[in-house]
Amino acid sequence: MSIEVRNIHKRFGDFVALNDISLNFEAGQLVALLGPSGCGKTTLLRIIAGLEQADSGLVTLEGEDASDASVRERQVGFVFQHYALFKHMTVFDNVAFGMRMKPRAQRPSKQQIKDKVHELLNLVQLDWLADRYPSQLSGGQRQRIALARALAVEPRVLLLDEPFGALDAKVRKELRRWLRKLHDELHITSIFVTHDQEEALEVADKVVLMDHGRVEQVGTPEEVYNHPATPFVYSFLGSVNLFHGRVEEDGLRVGSHAVPHAQDNFTQGSEVFAFVRPHELQIITDAGQSQGVAAKVTRVLSFGVSARVELEGLEKDSHTTNDQHFEVELTQAQVSELALVAGQIVRLVPSKLKLFDRPGYVPADSASIRGLNASSDKVIGKVL
Amino acid sequence: MALSQSFDLNIRKRKPGRHHSVLPGFNLALGYTLVYLSLIVLVPIAAVFIRTAELSFAEFWEIVTAPRVVASYKLSFGASLIAAAINAVFGLMLAWVLVRYSFPGKRIVDALVDLPFALPTAVAGIALTALYARNGWIGQYVEGVLGIKIAFAPAGVLVALVFIGLPFVVRTVQPILEDLETELEEAAASLGARRWQTFRYVLLPILLPALLTGFALAFARAVGEYGSVIFIAGNIPLVSEITPLIIITKLEQYDYVGATAVAVVMLVFSFVLLLLINFLQAWSSRSIGGSR
Repeated sequence: MSIEVRNIHKRFGDFVALNDISLNFEAGQLVALLGPSGCGKTTLLRIIAGLEQADSGLVTLEGEDASDASVRERQVGFVFQHYALFKHMTVFDNVAFGMRMKPRAQRPSKQQIKDKVHELLNLVQLDWLADRYPSQLSGGQRQRIALARALAVEPRVLLLDEPFGALDAKVRKELRRWLRKLHDELHITSIFVTHDQEEALEVADKVVLMDHGRVEQVGTPEEVYNHPATPFVYSFLGSVNLFHGRVEEDGLRVGSHAVPHAQDNFTQGSEVFAFVRPHELQIITDAGQSQGVAAKVTRVLSFGVSARVELEGLEKDSHTTNDQHFEVELTQAQVSELALVAGQIVRLVPSKLKLFDRPGYVPADSASIRGLNASSDKVIGKVL
Repeated sequence: MALSQSFDLNIRKRKPGRHHSVLPGFNLALGYTLVYLSLIVLVPIAAVFIRTAELSFAEFWEIVTAPRVVASYKLSFGASLIAAAINAVFGLMLAWVLVRYSFPGKRIVDALVDLPFALPTAVAGIALTALYARNGWIGQYVEGVLGIKIAFAPAGVLVALVFIGLPFVVRTVQPILEDLETELEEAAASLGARRWQTFRYVLLPILLPALLTGFALAFARAVGEYGSVIFIAGNIPLVSEITPLIIITKLEQYDYVGATAVAVVMLVFSFVLLLLINFLQAWSSRSIGGSR
């Protein structure tokens, strides 16, 4: 079933949780709402479910306005981050709950309920746990039971709020592969909320990136990763090095350093953000090199398929470091060829730069990059 | 010294059947608990039984089955059970309102709940009597217009017992309600449960053990209540006389043995009822705990 939200606004006191959200979810798709905590993704999901009321705007389910319908009437399956299983009921009773609550006329017979519960428990591969209580299950098992319980009422839509958020890394990986498989079998329109970009990109057909109550970009995982539309999306998806610079005729001026860059259609003198992925930075060990940003090697991590080099930015022509961090990804062969050691001074030259306008730029004012602060843990390098 | 020696021994060669616990001090704690409980509770109660033993069984039976005494048991236990039940229903409601809603003056209401604890029971009794008497604020309507006699009647006993038992259910249920995740109710609603179904099948089973504890406490308190009841009851023999009053009356007549005999019956009754409630509670908390 298709879902559409139009011009949704929601505030909590002074805090704007959702600012004019309009989205269309196609039938049968698995869509991820991705963003940092506090971006409004969970609020949006709860509004779609009917657990929260929007201040203004419309929610349409299959073309019908459902804005005033209660949770019960919307027939949506909702899966909570902390499972919300009824702990005084066995797994069987939990899954059967939705069917038993139906009005007598629509309620299936005892045998039908029993068959359906076992069918669902087989679907989530936990039929052998039917007589246990939720407290006797592991986190991963509990979430699968919660999913079976939500599916028992044959919902038109499945909404999952950080379904794997409370699980450890290994189980999380397993479960998200399993969720994708399940969705391919059932084809039920599903929306899940996550702050984990890897999870969103791996599982979803379509990713909706949100920040500060606004939609930043909507697209397939490939689209949003390869063609980020905004600085936020660029810095949120994957590791990235960030430069603050000014476009000049021979390239980009970053602080006191010149970085070669082919002209885009940016006018000269405009202030920009420049993003570089770790594998798009080259390390130049030649001391005579004058181009690129000077940096000092702090750590070389050469395990795994590719090696990572961590560096700290250097002030103009001196040997004092500033608090800029860079990350460069190299092949193992390149690392051994460069023979980098900690403390070595090198220059960083980007092979590819992605520039974004810095609107309302005020020199040395970090507030002007407010949009990026929320994801600053993902932004490795910054040069002013 | 002896303690530390046995501790060493435990480490070197572990005696069969003795396990080294991560929670030390079990023996000490249990010993202390038993001595304390004996001094404070068991010895006085034992004295009651010993004193009663001075009577032959026939004498004992005659005292405890006298019509006036039997009528008082019925009133005391009957009114206490009804009062505890009323408090269970309205205490749950009060706790719900205090936990779930915010409204101006909430803290004051919260503090008011404890007032029946703090108020000298005689004061409560006098205040209630003044209210419900035929010329009182409430009494003039209820008795004068509706013709229902509250003060100086069994109904007055009930009113007093409801008053003094109020805090128990509220205070036992409140913390459980506070810990209850609203997600459970949202989950139930998303699965199609109506509001009363959510209450009946999701909330009530979780609240039941605490509710039963509150019920048991309110009941126990009501059975033993004396001060507030005697003012409003009117103490008419065979009609509105509670068992504690019978005991006091016997004491005032220097009939110590007779008083203890009635007390023994009361004790046994109360103990059996509380034991039953405890079993119920254990059963209901097992069914929500799952494991354990």
